[in-house]
Amino acid sequence: MSAPESAGPRPHTLQTRARSKRERTLVTPEGLSLPLTVGARGARAGALLLDLLFLFIGIVVVMLAFSAIGFGLLDVGSTPQGGAVIQALLIAVILLLFLSRYGYFLWFELGPRAATPGKRIAGLRVAARDGGRLTAEMVIARNLVRDIEVFLPAFFLLGGGAEGGVFGLATFVWLMIFVLFPVFNKDALRAGDIVAGTWVVEAREAKLKQAMSLAPDRQDQYRFGEAELSIYGEHELQVLERVLRQDRPESLRDVAEAITAKIGWQLGQGDEREFLEAFYAALRGYLESNMRFGKRKADKYS
Amino acid sequence: MVLSLFKKAEIQPPADVEAASLRSDRFRLERESDWQRLESIVTALEKNRPRSISDDDLLELPVLYRKTASSLAVARETSLDAATLDYLESLVRRAWFQVYGPRIGLFGWLRRFLGGGWSASVRAIWLDICVALAVMVAGTIVGWLLVEQDERWFYSLVSGGMAGGRVPGADPETLRETLGTAESSDGLGIFAAYLFSNNTGVCILAFALGFAFGVPTLLLLVHNLALLGAMYWVFADTGMGLDFAAWLSVHGTTELGAILLAGAAGLHVGRTMAFPGDRSILAAMKGAGVRAAQVMAGCTIMLIVAGLLEGYARQLVGDTPSRLAIGAVMLVIWVLYFALMPAPQERET
Repeated sequence: MSAPESAGPRPHTLQTRARSKRERTLVTPEGLSLPLTVGARGARAGALLLDLLFLFIGIVVVMLAFSAIGFGLLDVGSTPQGGAVIQALLIAVILLLFLSRYGYFLWFELGPRAATPGKRIAGLRVAARDGGRLTAEMVIARNLVRDIEVFLPAFFLLGGGAEGGVFGLATFVWLMIFVLFPVFNKDALRAGDIVAGTWVVEAREAKLKQAMSLAPDRQDQYRFGEAELSIYGEHELQVLERVLRQDRPESLRDVAEAITAKIGWQLGQGDEREFLEAFYAALRGYLESNMRFGKRKADKYS
Repeated sequence: MVLSLFKKAEIQPPADVEAASLRSDRFRLERESDWQRLESIVTALEKNRPRSISDDDLLELPVLYRKTASSLAVARETSLDAATLDYLESLVRRAWFQVYGPRIGLFGWLRRFLGGGWSASVRAIWLDICVALAVMVAGTIVGWLLVEQDERWFYSLVSGGMAGGRVPGADPETLRETLGTAESSDGLGIFAAYLFSNNTGVCILAFALGFAFGVPTLLLLVHNLALLGAMYWVFADTGMGLDFAAWLSVHGTTELGAILLAGAAGLHVGRTMAFPGDRSILAAMKGAGVRAAQVMAGCTIMLIVAGLLEGYARQLVGDTPSRLAIGAVMLVIWVLYFALMPAPQERET
């Protein structure tokens, strides 16, 4: 199946160019090519920081709750059975710290969304790189390697390890290789992703918006000829669609003025939306009927 | 208003199909209730609430998925409605992740894992286990020889806090005390939990370091085992070698086994990275990583057992023969389990 986005050069903005660099195509077993976008490195770093923040807050809250139980409710300091309670709480604390280091990411990434809360907020999820199933082993592998990518460097820096002379410097460089790994490959894979055969892709949810041509048909009031409609291409149509959906009076006026100037029309005050809806419907009808005959026009330059 | 947040989103009936002036919009309006039905199923699956899906919907899921996928294929060739294309792409992608997502949950995976998946992957990395074992034995011997040659080596191998009085030339009584038992089980739970979390950290490190061609893993194994060898020499020097071995074997056969497997798993990944064979390096790494991850998941289980043995059994059972017996029994159990447990029939995750 041909990729629709491969149609001709287009005046890219900086943002769309950065985005198109991360576009990948995945072919489903139905033979349908699904576009995937590799998660941006910034979004991934943000997701990680969010997760660490959640972990930290969670640990602090649980610790406070434990000490409230221990010293407030049961008053373990003065009762003879206090020892057993403190022991149980200490075991719980040790296991909690252990689980928060290794279990948090594992648990959430094994769920149906394959994303930790931080990743969900950043609109990311984990997926198998070969397009197959994401298995439990993959998630385990990628999260075990996380230990040297996140926790060891963090403990190293917090513990002031970088001040330890040549050895400290060597350790620092060595750890940085892992930390900076995602920067040096095009799929932003970290070491854990390579070992597990996974990658992190964008997983936005899109809402179904209103159909565009439900507005009253104004073909009788506005008649556009082929000369007027063949000026613009698909890119301009999509910009127009966005403007219409946003429905801001000033941008509607700007766009309407630009179009009327181009096709040599005069437009009355207050008719902008009506005119643009009619023009949109006509242009889309025109481009789509051409499309059915295999003629596509990417933008006004082509 | 608040209640509506908890209600299932109703599927809006599509607007009158005839009202749309564009052919592609009519195409969309005719099908959008199917799409929204699929979306509600996918959302329920994503929220891990498959029970809230009605039987009818569940039966229809494959049909709805294929319908929506074909809608996307058609829409790409006939429609220029960017918002609809966007919606369809995101919906098909979400549905694809659910339809081809992991089929078994954590517990299903655990059952298959214990029922042979673990032992099969342990057997699969036998070569790395042999290498790691050789390195560990060599490390122990090195530690022993170094300290035997020059006692000062002991202090550079074993940190002061860890030695806890167990230094060369120490009073035999002090040494015997460290091998002793606790009076009651008070506080042993904490000790066991601490040991477990500490040792698992070491194992995960041994695995994760394998990524750098396995070299750091080997160094880690050598260092840890040299420490053991040095410690053994201290006890053997005062004629308590057997007592120390017994004391160690209670949990050691399990714990050292776990460290052996973790090191072997790390080595497996590192070795695959260095010698990927006929496959591409990424494909080879992936296979090795997944196999090693299974072994590692098993290490955690072994370390829980080791922590309990170390925290309770060793502190409560004092005499050397019983300790040796416990250690030997554990070793036999693990070896038999890994060698004989057949691999699960179907490997479908």
